[in-house]
Amino acid sequence: MDIRFEEVGYTYQKGTPFQSRALHDIDLTIEAGSFTALVGHTGSGKSTVLQHLNALKKPTSGQVTIGDRVITHFSEDKGLKTLRKKVGIVFQFPEAQLFEETVAKDIAFGPKNFGVSEEEGLAKAKELLPLVGLDESFMERSPFDLSGGQMRRVAIAGVLAMEPEVLVLDEPTAGLDPQGRKEVMDMFYNLYQEQGLTVVLVTHQMDDVATYANHMIVLEKGTVMKEGHPRELFKEAGWLSSMQLGVPSTVRFAHELEEKFQWHFDPLPLTTDELAEQMQVKLSAGEGDAL
Amino acid sequence: MSEIIKLNNITYRYDDEDQRPALEDVSFQITKGEWVAIIGPNGSGKSTLAKTINGLIEPDSGEVSVGGLDLNEENIWSIRQMVGMVFQNPDNQFVGSTVQDDVAFGLENLGIPRDEMIERVRSALDKVNMLEFAEREPARLSGGQKQRVAIAGIVALRPDIMILDEATSMLDPQGREEVLRTVKEVKEQENLSVLSITHDIDEAAAANRVLVMRDGKMIQEGTPETIFSYGEKLIEMGLDLPFPEKLKASLKKQGMDVPADYLTEEGMVDWLWTYVSKK
Repeated sequence: MDIRFEEVGYTYQKGTPFQSRALHDIDLTIEAGSFTALVGHTGSGKSTVLQHLNALKKPTSGQVTIGDRVITHFSEDKGLKTLRKKVGIVFQFPEAQLFEETVAKDIAFGPKNFGVSEEEGLAKAKELLPLVGLDESFMERSPFDLSGGQMRRVAIAGVLAMEPEVLVLDEPTAGLDPQGRKEVMDMFYNLYQEQGLTVVLVTHQMDDVATYANHMIVLEKGTVMKEGHPRELFKEAGWLSSMQLGVPSTVRFAHELEEKFQWHFDPLPLTTDELAEQMQVKLSAGEGDAL
Repeated sequence: MSEIIKLNNITYRYDDEDQRPALEDVSFQITKGEWVAIIGPNGSGKSTLAKTINGLIEPDSGEVSVGGLDLNEENIWSIRQMVGMVFQNPDNQFVGSTVQDDVAFGLENLGIPRDEMIERVRSALDKVNMLEFAEREPARLSGGQKQRVAIAGIVALRPDIMILDEATSMLDPQGREEVLRTVKEVKEQENLSVLSITHDIDEAAAANRVLVMRDGKMIQEGTPETIFSYGEKLIEMGLDLPFPEKLKASLKKQGMDVPADYLTEEGMVDWLWTYVSKK
């Protein structure tokens, strides 16, 4: 299911003295089966774009096409529920939304709202727990007795229980320790690879963009500045820095080595493994002038 | 050398029935002017430890002393005046409707005269480079700016110690950098001792000493260089691998001989330089 924005604009409190333009002239495509990173500094419009991905907001101008459904300012709310089932959003700090007595009931809450029986919902919960790295023993535990990282996994399972085709993640690793961050990101990557989920990741972590994404959209002042493969976009470190964005550590260090040793890396390495491979070739060929 | 913070054999359980205490027999000292980082995975007891220092929680056993005063009912308010805390979520610590009102809040509580208050608020905002935002609404600031305002709120109270409880973990890289720079500057100007609880390698690197916690216990301590040389084990300690360590691991996979010692990025370049010149 592709998601396509055409000339999308969004103005908060339109027609009042308080109106403020959050988005304008946005054209972008999130292709089915892609892993798209949405980046931009605070206030660039990421959150507002995100809320258009499942019609939590309707554009005030232009249109958003989600699968075969076209959403404009005039679209009625009818039928949006099925849309929201197809596009699941994991908001920042999703653990704050847990409320049920047991982990199993919390995960089953969404499906139950869509008419799935309690039994089926609980079966679904049991099936999902290992997928988010928790075992069956968590089923009957209170979500409030879990660690922050475990609570987050339960909340994510609750979104997955809706069986979305597109999974939207808003800073999913904020506040987790590095081990937890890696586990959570690897889990999403597995879902993307093995279940064919389309993933949209909103993040500040450029290392994650480099490691996981195959498509990158840069937002600034409410509109799309550039869209493309991270390998292409990260070539422009200076431009990104003018957007108040950084480059992955590997890219930064590769640029430093290019300057110091008169090396040229091609293609641009995005991960340490890619960089090490090219370095090994250069070093064993005795390439490079030490300045 | 005088110890500004001293913890002796602290044990604490959130619930009497908890099998494992949140803190178990933890002892350490911080010397005046020192910057100490505490690292450890989520749930290892770092934040609990910080809360014992200003009496937000009372340990089941053990003693805490701050600035030479024993932490007890009589001294708790004097101690809280010595300790300023910056928390993780910048949005949870604003009370004022403008930046300057927010910084003034603590001073108002202490009954500081208005003229002095105005002066202290301005000077504190100036120190964190937020003076031009004095009249702004806190909600409109970036995460890094919010944390700098939170730091100004503490600086205005002229504490001896600043505790950062994962104060940079919710910020983007730019915000992290600006907050870290501010802490460094303010620490020097105000002659503060700093205790920072963190998962961030740059923040840990700024410390004089790093303490490692796991399962409520203090399991390791050393200079950042010593701790960073633990390589892959750093991940279990709640830190990410420093970039040069990651690259070293990748180079090893390529069959290259790499130095065993901890390398900074500069050290990595130097090592490569020798490698290239030997060709």
